Amino acid sequence: MRCQRMLVPALALVLVVVPALSARAQGEEVPRGPTFAARALQALIDGVQFGVIIAITSVGLSLIFGTIHLINFAHGEFVTIGATFAFFLNVSAGGPGWHLVPAALAAVVFGALLGGAVERGIWRPLRARGTGLINMFIVTIGLSLLLRHVVLVLYGTRPASYAQYDIQSVIELGPAGITPRDLTVTLLAVLVLLGIAVLLQKTRIGTAVRAVSANRDLAEASGIDVQRVVLFVWMLGGGLAALGGVFFGLVEIVTWDMGFKLLLLMFAGVILGGLGSAYGAMVGSLVIGVVAQMSTLWFPVDLQYAWALLVLIVVLLVRPQGILGRAERVG
Amino acid sequence: MDFSAILTDALRSGIGPIAAVYALAAMGLNLHFGYTGLLNFGQVGFMLVGGYGLAITVSTYDGPMWLGVLGGIACAIVLALLLGLPTLRLRADYLAITTIAAGETLRLFYRSGWAEPVTGGVFGLQRFANDFYALSPIEPGTYGVWLVRFSSRDLWVMIVGWVLVLVVGCLLALLIHSPWGRVIRSIREDEVAARSLGKNVYAYKMQSLVLGGVIGAVAGMMQAIQVQSVNPDNYDPGVTFFLYTLLVLGGAGRILGPVVGSILFWFVLSFLDSALRQAIDAEYISPDLISTSEVGAVRFALVGVALILLVAFRPQGILGSRKEMLLSGR
Repeated sequence: MRCQRMLVPALALVLVVVPALSARAQGEEVPRGPTFAARALQALIDGVQFGVIIAITSVGLSLIFGTIHLINFAHGEFVTIGATFAFFLNVSAGGPGWHLVPAALAAVVFGALLGGAVERGIWRPLRARGTGLINMFIVTIGLSLLLRHVVLVLYGTRPASYAQYDIQSVIELGPAGITPRDLTVTLLAVLVLLGIAVLLQKTRIGTAVRAVSANRDLAEASGIDVQRVVLFVWMLGGGLAALGGVFFGLVEIVTWDMGFKLLLLMFAGVILGGLGSAYGAMVGSLVIGVVAQMSTLWFPVDLQYAWALLVLIVVLLVRPQGILGRAERVG
Repeated sequence: MDFSAILTDALRSGIGPIAAVYALAAMGLNLHFGYTGLLNFGQVGFMLVGGYGLAITVSTYDGPMWLGVLGGIACAIVLALLLGLPTLRLRADYLAITTIAAGETLRLFYRSGWAEPVTGGVFGLQRFANDFYALSPIEPGTYGVWLVRFSSRDLWVMIVGWVLVLVVGCLLALLIHSPWGRVIRSIREDEVAARSLGKNVYAYKMQSLVLGGVIGAVAGMMQAIQVQSVNPDNYDPGVTFFLYTLLVLGGAGRILGPVVGSILFWFVLSFLDSALRQAIDAEYISPDLISTSEVGAVRFALVGVALILLVAFRPQGILGSRKEMLLSGR
């Protein structure tokens, strides 16, 4: 319900503003260079595309936080590992040279297995030892350092592109444009996000995830296997992060530290939406993506991520529980 | 393999100026994390404003160096207030995410083309610490014992750096064993209990954040002075992670923890670096497996492993007491 209340105005805004902007832009003759409206529309399209990719990666981060209250600093590395794993399968230098689609699917499976492996291999034993949350938080930093530099050794510092969909002609959308590749990525990402919503709302495991997020002890007392739910959330988070990594590598470029750069934007999206809420992470990430791209209309491009992070700090000042989060105060 | 070269490299880094800078920055972090339980993941941001505060005053505006030092400290106080005001009332992890975001935001702003006239952008600023070196009483030349030798400049920075560590250490020891110190440790143990005794937890946390941030800024200044340059890319979030590693290694919540941690951290890091390079040169490790250019990355991966193992098996570090450091986040 809360989620719908917020989504409707947001959707209305997009539906009203976009046609209005594009209509205005189409009415005018474009003498030299794109008009402000055209640039704004282009930035909005880029922003939505960037936002849904961040959303895919950050849903897992938020669900993990919701179930075991751990902020996973290594989540960015799951993104990088997904992107580079697909790269190895896809680009034939030393790899099998698969087409990108099966390579991406394999990367998602690999990401899910990796998520499951760190849950079984690190977090579950640590929880069994009674390690405090803050200590576990520091362990995720160690894991992030480890994974990032293992990728650096295996992959190297050179940015690279996938073998397919590299060069494409732009589809004209009024004054703005989008490549078929980017359009496909955006639509696929939206479909995946809808799929996660259905999963959380309609399936047994989704209901169990929401129950554990709402009240872990009560869920356990009602006979929900909390360990299994946590394992599922880690696998889901790992798989989604890997998929987001492939998408991000596809629309941008594959680098060894791409996930770490994305991590702070994921945090911004997750906090903006409300820490622990999956729908909050989606809405928050969308806002962060749009803010980052739209800021380039007025400010230098090299500051676009900085504005997104500033939004995070401002939100904490005004509404620390985020857009969709529950108010919770200590002190 | 030349073991004496490996050992002297390691010793030189273990007692060198960088170890002193990191010890100092980690002492500020120790006040935040070890004593007050604040998760500051943007200590590098305080180092950045300290270093740039000094560099901008002297290099961009031709100001005197003492004014730069005051400017850097003032920037750190403002930054701590900006970070603390919204987040210190919230759950511990909000501060963590905000501080890391703030550190990275600062870095992006300082390195942007927009700020270039003041901060030098991606090129940074250079040669602003001549006044500091002019004060040096040490005659030019190299000094040292056996193969561990330092230039007179490095020696001067080292002496000042370790004296600062000593002074800040004594100051912190006095503070921690004062009533103020008891209150911040009680906040770490049980915030609700501290509040129920009538303590203004928010104000105490803020004081701790400001004081630790200022110590971090002083460390940032020493680092900037040592290399006579500031560059935005030296202030990435990884620096804070190293500070946490050495703090957990030495023992959080102990006055000497960050000092012992920093010396050991730089000793081990340099030892690994040197040993790996020599092993590759001597072909004990196949260059196909790890090439010389990848040694840096392998080193950092090992830091990650060390951090995981330390927290899992010895969270109190070398000096800490286990009972005191069983932190549990809320």
